[in-house]
Amino acid sequence: MTDAVEISDLHVTIAGSHVLQGVSFNVPSGSVTALLGRNGVGKTTTLRAILGLVASSGRIRVLGDDVSGWPTHRVVRLGIGYVPEDRDVFSALTVEQNLRLAEVGSVANYDDIFALFPELKTRARQRAGTLSGGQQQMLSIARALLNHRPLLLIDEPSKGLAPKIVSEFANVLERAAAHSTVLLVEQNLSVVKRLAQRVVVLDHGEVVHRGAVSDLDDPTLVRQLLGVAGAA
Amino acid sequence: MNIFLVLTFSGVALGAIYFLAASGLSLIYGLMDVLNFAHGLFMTLGAYAGYEFATRLPSSWGAPTRVILAIIGATVVGALVAGITELILIRPLYGKPISQILITIGLDLAVVGLLMGGFGSTALQIPVPLWLIEPTHIGGLFLPNANFLAIGAGVIVLFGLELFLARTRYGIIIRAGVENREMVRALGIDVGRAFTLVFVVGGAMAGLAGVLYTIVFSGDLVSPSQGDGLLIFAFIVVVIGGLGSIRGSAVAALVVALLQQYTTFYIGGHSGWAQIGDLSTVLLLAVVLELRPRGLFGRVA
Repeated sequence: MTDAVEISDLHVTIAGSHVLQGVSFNVPSGSVTALLGRNGVGKTTTLRAILGLVASSGRIRVLGDDVSGWPTHRVVRLGIGYVPEDRDVFSALTVEQNLRLAEVGSVANYDDIFALFPELKTRARQRAGTLSGGQQQMLSIARALLNHRPLLLIDEPSKGLAPKIVSEFANVLERAAAHSTVLLVEQNLSVVKRLAQRVVVLDHGEVVHRGAVSDLDDPTLVRQLLGVAGAA
Repeated sequence: MNIFLVLTFSGVALGAIYFLAASGLSLIYGLMDVLNFAHGLFMTLGAYAGYEFATRLPSSWGAPTRVILAIIGATVVGALVAGITELILIRPLYGKPISQILITIGLDLAVVGLLMGGFGSTALQIPVPLWLIEPTHIGGLFLPNANFLAIGAGVIVLFGLELFLARTRYGIIIRAGVENREMVRALGIDVGRAFTLVFVVGGAMAGLAGVLYTIVFSGDLVSPSQGDGLLIFAFIVVVIGGLGSIRGSAVAALVVALLQQYTTFYIGGHSGWAQIGDLSTVLLLAVVLELRPRGLFGRVA
């Protein structure tokens, strides 16, 4: 199995703080790999480094290309869909315009998106800033899925959402994972267990554990690595 | 009452020119965080380009044709100079605001110096057709024809920019970039191209503002520092209207220009203090900054 993402010895320093201190891991093609860890250990920074949104050193390969030092738009055009932690929909634009920005050539598949999220079709002319948190997350995920990207980087899709909505999003992501490789940052362990096959755990800017998702069934290990109960 | 109406008409025309001067500046700062002190230079170069076109084109073409071509030429020159400035001087300095300010001030000083060397410091006159100088008689009022030209240009640009920003892909990219540049990049979009385009559009507006200000309010006279004088009011308009907001710039330009016209005539005319009009706009700026720091239509910082 080839790797969709290979990271070796990744270092990131932000405002004098050494956030990532030699992170190395890989994301096999076709898999869902969950990147876990306590708050502030560098999970989001890892995704941002892959996209070239923060300056980094070390080696990053994405879909077969060494993208170290590439500008963000060039990395993304390799075929990445990105769902940021804070959704980052463009609040002054309509739903339709937000989706239009994510179009790549003629491969945008609105039929699939509106089948997954019918609400986005009915609210196409509504400004994204007036949507609820759940609807904004729909839009953020829809932007990432619009072009059938081979690699999805998804940062805490369940953050701040009601359990029922989280379950609906998990269904959508499960379907998306059928034809894309996914690197998922997620605090909700039940979502991780449902979607992921592999886990990578970060602590203090370093990888402290790599393994199968079944490792999360060990409550002692979960408590030790994540500082939370592992019964989720 | 007639004087008030004529002042209002003239204020709307001045507001149209302030809007043309400010809209590009607002977009450039709103999208790129570049405080472009060379914007005044783009206006000055527009005015000089207008002069060159109007004086060098064959007189057999007729004054109306030459002045129309002069206005178009000024717009194109403003766009070209702004585009080249972005590509060569600004692009290597993104993320370095102090360097951007210094280089744009330096460019302005250097080129204004070159203009003085080349054209002299004496104002030059753009030949305009007689009908632009004459007034139109409407309902007992004599309204300067040149003011109609400024208002028409301002309205066309306002609607053109609104359509461009609302309907075209690049317009949507620019609006999205004003809000969250990083996420635009994360969608695979090369924001650099949008940056250049914004500079080109802003420069075109500045060139147009420069030549129209000359024709409408400067007695057809072009001088090397006139763009810098206009830039001060453009900055006031941009801050009052809200950075990055075209509609905000339009409303603020009207408010600033009308206030300036009224105070200059009603207070300055009686007291003999002609600069009261300029002072009133600065006072308005201070009040807006105190009550609404993000401006009338600006985004929350």
